[in-house]
Amino acid sequence: MKAAVIRFPGSNCDQDCYHVLKETYALDVEYVWHKEASVEQFDLIVLPGGFSYGDYLRCGAIARYSPVMRSVATEAERGKLVLGICNGFQILCEARLLPGALIRNNSLHFVCEHIHARLENMETPYTHTEVTKADGKLLTARTGLLLKLPIAHGEGNYRADDETLRDLNRNNQIILRYSDERGAISGEANPNGSAENIAGITNRAGNIFGLMPHPERACDPLLGSEDGKLIFQSVVETAMKKTKTAAPTTKRVT
Amino acid sequence: MKAKVTVMPKKSVLDPQGVAVRDAMRHHGLPGVGSVRIGKFMEIEIDGANEAQLHEICRDLLSNPVIEDYDLKVEA
Repeated sequence: MKAAVIRFPGSNCDQDCYHVLKETYALDVEYVWHKEASVEQFDLIVLPGGFSYGDYLRCGAIARYSPVMRSVATEAERGKLVLGICNGFQILCEARLLPGALIRNNSLHFVCEHIHARLENMETPYTHTEVTKADGKLLTARTGLLLKLPIAHGEGNYRADDETLRDLNRNNQIILRYSDERGAISGEANPNGSAENIAGITNRAGNIFGLMPHPERACDPLLGSEDGKLIFQSVVETAMKKTKTAAPTTKRVT
Repeated sequence: MKAKVTVMPKKSVLDPQGVAVRDAMRHHGLPGVGSVRIGKFMEIEIDGANEAQLHEICRDLLSNPVIEDYDLKVEA
């Protein structure tokens, strides 16, 4: 089982993603420069956050044309797991691998804070498992579970036409919604104005997941939250099952 | 030849920048401002391309049809 973290010029969360996959899950993980022609040998492909190409034109619009993206699209169509975080989510939308688009936050402010995201679908390759936290407490996937995750973006305002939003709802493709600490979905709990408080969606088949929050920055108690492990551990387990390797052993953080 | 491309947020898509600028104009003594919408204008010098190819690049790269409309004008 091999994982790739794609590096675009301007990616800046690549090391965080690599760290989690390598140190928390002891995976065989490689950086892949965006000019590489193929990601065929990988089972999990991560598009990290950052400011690819300086966000010129639109966020993700130019990265979408990087040579590696052709192979990412091919592998995604074949059912490989593709995870896009923040700028990675924007790139997946620009590449039309996920529906919709991300525009400027309503407030026009860059938002950098911890938010709560409510899990809306616990039957995806990214959100189905149970995680043991460092203090021994369990974090078990269930619809309505609140995840405390950091966000850091200026363009996270998810937009799609009414028909697309209807389809996303009908097919349970909305995976995370911004909520308050009690789980209520409200305008006040929405940090960027996104439609229906959407924080993360999958494609119809469920193998491509894009989200604005940063689970890779929430996998260690030192960072204030371990809730991101639910997403990483789920996808690692899914990938391992697909490649029939042994289940991951989470290294204990001491 | 020269191509001039205007990209505007779709009417149905909220334009947060436009709203902020509208409010600033009202504060600057123009209470009658109804709306402001902010887009992009690109001037492209190009040889060896036909209009169909330019429309294609407008759709695929220069604008995002999910949220934006474009207008292309080609000058000899």
